[in-house]
This record gives sequence, structure tokens and C-alpha cells, in this order.
Amino acid sequence: MNPFRLSLQALATLIPLALLAIFVFLTAYSWPAIHFNGVRFLFSSTWNLGNLYADPVVRDGYSIAVGAQYGIAVFIVGTLASSVIALLIAIPVGIGVALFLSEYAPRRMLSVLSQIAELLAMVPSVVYGLWGLQVLAPIVLRDISPVVSRTLGFIPFFSGPATSGYNLLTAGLVLALMVVPVISSTLIEAMQRVPTDVRESCFALGATRAEMIGKILLPMVRTPLIGAAILALGRALGETMAVLMVSGGALNYLPSTIFSPITSMAAFIASQLDSALQDPSGMAVRSLAEIALVLLVIAVIVNVIARLLTYQVRGARHG
Amino acid sequence: MAELTATKTRGNAMRGSRVVSNFALATLCAIAFVLVIAPLADILWLVFERGARAMSWTLFTQVTNGISGGLLNAIEGTLVLSCGAVLFAAPVGVAAGIYLAEYGVSHWGRSVRFLCDVLVGVPSIVLGYFSYVTLVIGLGWQFSALAGAITLAVLVVPYIARFTELAMRQNPAALREAAYALGCREHQVVLRVLLPAARSGVLTGILLSFAISVGETAPLIYTAGWSNYLWSGRLTHEPIGYLTYVIWSFINQPFASAHALAYAAAFLVIMVVLAINVLARRLLKPSALA
Repeated sequence: MNPFRLSLQALATLIPLALLAIFVFLTAYSWPAIHFNGVRFLFSSTWNLGNLYADPVVRDGYSIAVGAQYGIAVFIVGTLASSVIALLIAIPVGIGVALFLSEYAPRRMLSVLSQIAELLAMVPSVVYGLWGLQVLAPIVLRDISPVVSRTLGFIPFFSGPATSGYNLLTAGLVLALMVVPVISSTLIEAMQRVPTDVRESCFALGATRAEMIGKILLPMVRTPLIGAAILALGRALGETMAVLMVSGGALNYLPSTIFSPITSMAAFIASQLDSALQDPSGMAVRSLAEIALVLLVIAVIVNVIARLLTYQVRGARHG
Repeated sequence: MAELTATKTRGNAMRGSRVVSNFALATLCAIAFVLVIAPLADILWLVFERGARAMSWTLFTQVTNGISGGLLNAIEGTLVLSCGAVLFAAPVGVAAGIYLAEYGVSHWGRSVRFLCDVLVGVPSIVLGYFSYVTLVIGLGWQFSALAGAITLAVLVVPYIARFTELAMRQNPAALREAAYALGCREHQVVLRVLLPAARSGVLTGILLSFAISVGETAPLIYTAGWSNYLWSGRLTHEPIGYLTYVIWSFINQPFASAHALAYAAAFLVIMVVLAINVLARRLLKPSALA
């Protein structure tokens, strides 16, 4: 192998190496926390830094603050709940947007309209947070929540008046808006690859456009749709700033309804370092690293599944 | 006769329901599009309207003073961090992209491409914490421009790699063969012929990476910190301000001057991101036609 190719390969290898380094260093740094917290970490819903003004005590061989307990069940539930709500909204809307652009909108407007839709993916997440904080949260409190609790209130999860606009529902709505372009752009690409013959033969048999879409087109893009939905899930799970700004920042409190304040793992990490640094034993900072590690593992698993699904489709087409 | 009429009615009813469902789906799709476009328009309106109102010369001439003053320090910081990120990420990303395009069919090439896409999916706050652990604490750099720029570089390097790969793949095989036929060495073929031919795509990737860097917040919170002062030029041991910090932190302050600064910062960030995207599309057009 010549030196040119070798140096290219070395530089390219830096990318997988970065991924490996993230995993290794986060694991190494949080190792004492992993050992100290054990499985409790994932299932306990109490995050308590303990008494930071007293001398640290030694427990299980580790020096920690008096009464400290690190449990992230609340943040795991908050992350999953907001992401699931986001997907439940974003999948149908994303399919609708993709169908509208690819099947209904006039051909010559397709590129303009899809560029507008892709702008959604360009808006920085902190700007989504700003909008959620200033515009959406008041709307959720004033207009959306009463409607939701009136129509779905018989289910306990949707019951009760919202007391604040910063809650699970708002976080889910903002996340939904952010992940719609992930779903719609993947779907449009997949739909454009479906041969025109298929559509035309469908119409020739007398099918309406809706029947063609429901019975032929959507089943043909099923795998890319699943891949895109999982990709969107990965994006929603790891979103930090928008969730941090609109979710209400719940601590030690599992959401009981869709109007409860929540915190996601990512938002918690972003908001807690200052407090954690007050812990002289350092266990709080290491526990935050353990949250980052958990989030990394979840994100990698979700993305690997999504990429395998979308690769399979492309591979099958080329091969 | 009666039977025939019944069949006809049923047929009409069926045709009617088919027409209705056809119309219903079209309406639902249009509603979905509006549901997405309306918030987007509102976001842009909010930022432009409030941002334009907060615009003034002092934003560009003064540094932040508590929760008032200007944004000069943040503008400078965002430029330093984003330029630094691109400076680190571009060589690695372009090299990786060339490798993937030219030798990417190998087993290792496939793995690199796959892991590249997985790296895109790593939450940015995880990257930020990783850099906090390794650079800020581990190497003792503290909150600094270098730590922030390297974190952003790791974030954008997969984008540059994939854009470069895509652009290089659009080169016709004849170009490569012609270059070899003229007696070029491998590195000459790639660097003097193929890469220049793909430059608009490569440049697009780099520009978009710059835009992503300008808009990022989470990876900088624990690496760049925040500073009210202009950057003195020290790479480590000196925190640096950036625009997105102003947005998320000042909007939570109960003061009108803080809100004005937050909207002004949002306005600047959005303008940069939109301008780069328009520019990137212009750049991509010729290669898309070819």
C-alpha cells in the first residue's frame, strides 16, 4: 500500500477512534460512580447530592457526601415519554408532509416547498427552545391543554388542568417539530425512488390517489419509514437545549400526567454541572458522566438499528 | 329492476365513499404540511421581529455588561469557535471523505462509513461532557476556546466526511481513467484532478459544518464556558463567550435588556445559518446539473 492511501486511511480512522474514545473515557471517568451506584442508578428516582457542607463520609469504600443518592429513573422516564409523544405526533405528520410534497404538490413547486420544509432541520435547537419558551408554552397552557383534558380526560394520563406551560406535552410538541424533517425527507427520498410505472399501473386499474398511496406506495416504503422513525427517536432522545428550556425541570418526581413537568437525561446533564461541582467528593460529577454514558449507549444502539434498516434498503437496491 | 337499482345505489355509495376518502387524505396531507410550516413561519417571525427591534450599533461595538451592553464578545467568540472547529475538522473530514469515496468498498471502509453515521447520532451534550472530562479536567485546559473548538470539530467531522464522499462519487469514472492514462500518480489523480472537480460539494459540506457550529449550544456549555470580555488570544485557561449562550441563558432573566440581547443573538445566529444555507445551495447547483 502506498503512503498516500495509508495516510488517508489513518485520517479516516480518526472518526471511529473518536467514537471509541468517547465511550472509553466516559466509562473510565464514571467507573467509581458505576461501581458505587450499581443497578440502583437506573431504577431509583431520587437524585440527591446530599449535604455538601458536611465532611464527606466513606461508604462502600468511596468518599461521598452525607446522604447522597444518585438515581436517574425520573430522567429516563422523562426522556422516553417526551420522545414517544414526539414520535406519535411526528410520524403521522411527517408521512403527511412527505405525501403532500411528493404526491400532491405541483411538480415545479416540489423543490421550493421541500427546501422550505428542510429549513426546519436548519433552525438551531436553542432557537426552538426560545420559541417553545416564549410562544408555545403559553399556547399549550391556554389553548391546547384544556382541549386535551376535555377530550381525553377520561384517561388518567391526560386528566387534570395544566398548571404551567412547561411540561411533558410542550416538550413533546417541540421535539415533534424538530424531528418531522428527519422523517419527511427520508420518506420523500424513498417515494421518489418508487418507479412511476407502479403509480401509473395503479391508476390504470381505476384506483384513486388515496388507494394508490394506502395500498401500494406506503407499503413499498415501509422499511425506510421504520428506519426514519428510529433515526428520529435517536434525535429526540439526545436533544438537549429545547427540552431544557421548555420541560419544566422536574427533580425527584415521576410524571403522572401529560401536564407534569419533566427532565430528560440530556437536559439534566446540561443543567446540573454547576451544582455537581459543589460536591467535594467528586462523586456527583462522576455520576453525571454515568448519565452521559447511559445516554451514549442508548443513542448508539438506536442509531445502529436505524442505519442498519436504511442501509439494507439502499444495499438491496444497488445489489 | 329493483335489484339493479340497489346495485347501482350501492355502486354510487361506494364511489361516493371512495371520492370522500380520496379527498380526505389529500386534505389531511395539506393540513400536515400547514402544521409544520405555520410554526416555522412563527419562529422566523418571532426572531426577525424581536431581533430587528433589538438591533443597534452598540451590539457590535460593546461587550456584554452583566445582562446589558452589546454582543461583541459573543460574536467574536462564536467566530473563533466555529472557525477553529472547521479548521480542525476540514482536513480530517475531507481526507476521510476521499478515503470513503475512493477505497470505501473495503471492509474497513464500510465500517468507517457506518461509524461515521453513528457518530452523527451521538447526542451533542454527551460530546460536551466527554470533552469536559478529557480536555477541561483531564488535560487541565479549563473552559477554553481550544476545548470548545475541538468539541465542535468532533461534532461536524462526520458531516464533512459524508459530503466530501458524496461529491467525490459524482466524478465520472472517465475523469479518473483519463488522469491515470496521462501518467498521473495516485495522489496526483486524487488531489489534482478528482478533488478540484468535486470542490463545490466539498465546500458545501464545510460551509454547512460552519453553520452547524454557529448554532450549537449544548457541547459548548461545559467546554467554552462564558466570558464578558473580548478574547485575549489564549487557547487554553480562558473561557470564551458565544451567541447561543446568550439566547438560552439571557431569556430566563426577568429583564427587558436581557431579553433584547437574547433576541438579537438569535437573530444573528439565524441570519448566519440561513445565509450559509442559501450560499450552499447556490454552490451545489452546478454539480447537480453536471
